[in-house]
Amino acid sequence: MSLAVELKDVSFAYGPGRSVLENVHLALGQGEFVAVAGPNGGGKTTLVRIILGLERPSGGKALLWGEPAHRVSGRQALGYLAQRSEVGGDAPATVREVVSAGRLASGRLVGRLRREDRAHVDEAIVRVGLEPFADRPLRTLSGGMQQRAFIAKALAAQPSLLVLDEPTTGVDAESQESIAALLAGLHGELGVTIVYVSHEFGAVEQHVERLVLVRRTIVFDGPPHELPGLWHDPGHVHVPE
Amino acid sequence: MRLAFAAGAVVGVLAPAVGFFLVQRRQSLVGDGIGHVAFAGVAAGILLGVSPVLTALVAAVIGGVTVELLRSRGRTAGDQALALVFYTGIALGVVLIARAGALNVNLFQYLFGSILTVTRSDLIVISALGAVGLVTVALLYRAFVGVVIDEEGARVAGVPIGSLNVALAALAAVTVALSMRVVGILLVAALMVLPVSAAGRIAWSMRSTLVLSILIGLASSLAGLTISYYADLPPGGTIVLVAAGVYVLALAGSALRGR
Repeated sequence: MSLAVELKDVSFAYGPGRSVLENVHLALGQGEFVAVAGPNGGGKTTLVRIILGLERPSGGKALLWGEPAHRVSGRQALGYLAQRSEVGGDAPATVREVVSAGRLASGRLVGRLRREDRAHVDEAIVRVGLEPFADRPLRTLSGGMQQRAFIAKALAAQPSLLVLDEPTTGVDAESQESIAALLAGLHGELGVTIVYVSHEFGAVEQHVERLVLVRRTIVFDGPPHELPGLWHDPGHVHVPE
Repeated sequence: MRLAFAAGAVVGVLAPAVGFFLVQRRQSLVGDGIGHVAFAGVAAGILLGVSPVLTALVAAVIGGVTVELLRSRGRTAGDQALALVFYTGIALGVVLIARAGALNVNLFQYLFGSILTVTRSDLIVISALGAVGLVTVALLYRAFVGVVIDEEGARVAGVPIGSLNVALAALAAVTVALSMRVVGILLVAALMVLPVSAAGRIAWSMRSTLVLSILIGLASSLAGLTISYYADLPPGGTIVLVAAGVYVLALAGSALRGR
């Protein structure tokens, strides 16, 4: 299996004495569906930013498809759902306008959307079940539906790797379950590599093949059934000093 | 008067078209900041004896791009970057104007507009720059909207955010420079912001917000000019007051609709 993400002995600090990550080794194969969890302040978001090449590690190497993550050539194949995604500005962006923004890197930057781009946008909207709401302003929809729209935006780019940072923050339990099931379905149908990052495994635990627990370093990496019972709540992860 | 209406129409369309993206990016005051740098450009033009509009255009582009670079590459927060350029521009303008001995009534036409003195050659310059601005907006609309919707996601996917931001800053600068004769440096930002804010109250999508912003800008400009002509009022101020009135109406309309 070829590797999508490879972190070799990665460390990161925001300054002297402000270490966030230490000795992180992680290899994610193409087509895996992985949940990364850990307590708040445990380094998850920094890990995501290093994987995406938005931050360069203080030590070690971060590779995306075998290339240094900060200058990987195929960036348009990266789908990213940032923490607390929301449309900037006051204008009422519709679901279709949000999803169309996903074709910016993979389609052309200048001019109108081409017919094939519009087809990818329509297909992504159907996949997340928002077809009846395609022309509704996003802000009139529930939190769960808004997250589905952002997932569709990422899908419209036909990503090889989809990274979601806290995708269910502020979303009710029922919607969390449906988003987890949606991602599992997408993983099965499209074979896209999915990295689901959250402060808790929650609804996604039953759908993933692999759990990674981060608390400054990786303290667990394996299938869900091997996770020690207490650690199902990552807030209780205690690592021997 | 016909020349004034034509110039007013160009500015009425372009200012909200560019302002739309600034407002969505919560950079509504950028136009104001660039206007103050344009003032330094006007002063330099008077001092050097070259066209103040040309020197204002150069100064505005430099100011707009500087704000963007300070904000994105430096360690300066957006509002501080704006304040830095804003105050430096106005201070430089005051010093240069004093040196040129031009602290007089002529300065008012740049500060508050002088659309009734627009000549045919002024109109050609305003129309040409306006056309370039509008074509650029049309070509980059999708890219600018994509960045508004999800800047971080676009950055991850390799969209050239920095270049787009610089392009938007340059567009804002061109808009300020060519709007100077119509509404004046001190009021140009109003025409970039008020129609967009009004449209945002009644629109149903990003695209409809942009279209309504342009229509409100155009209508405010033409109505303001007409009122100022018959009531003998200053055109720039009247145009902006009409736009502010439209905003109040839109606000009331959206409040009633929400009931």
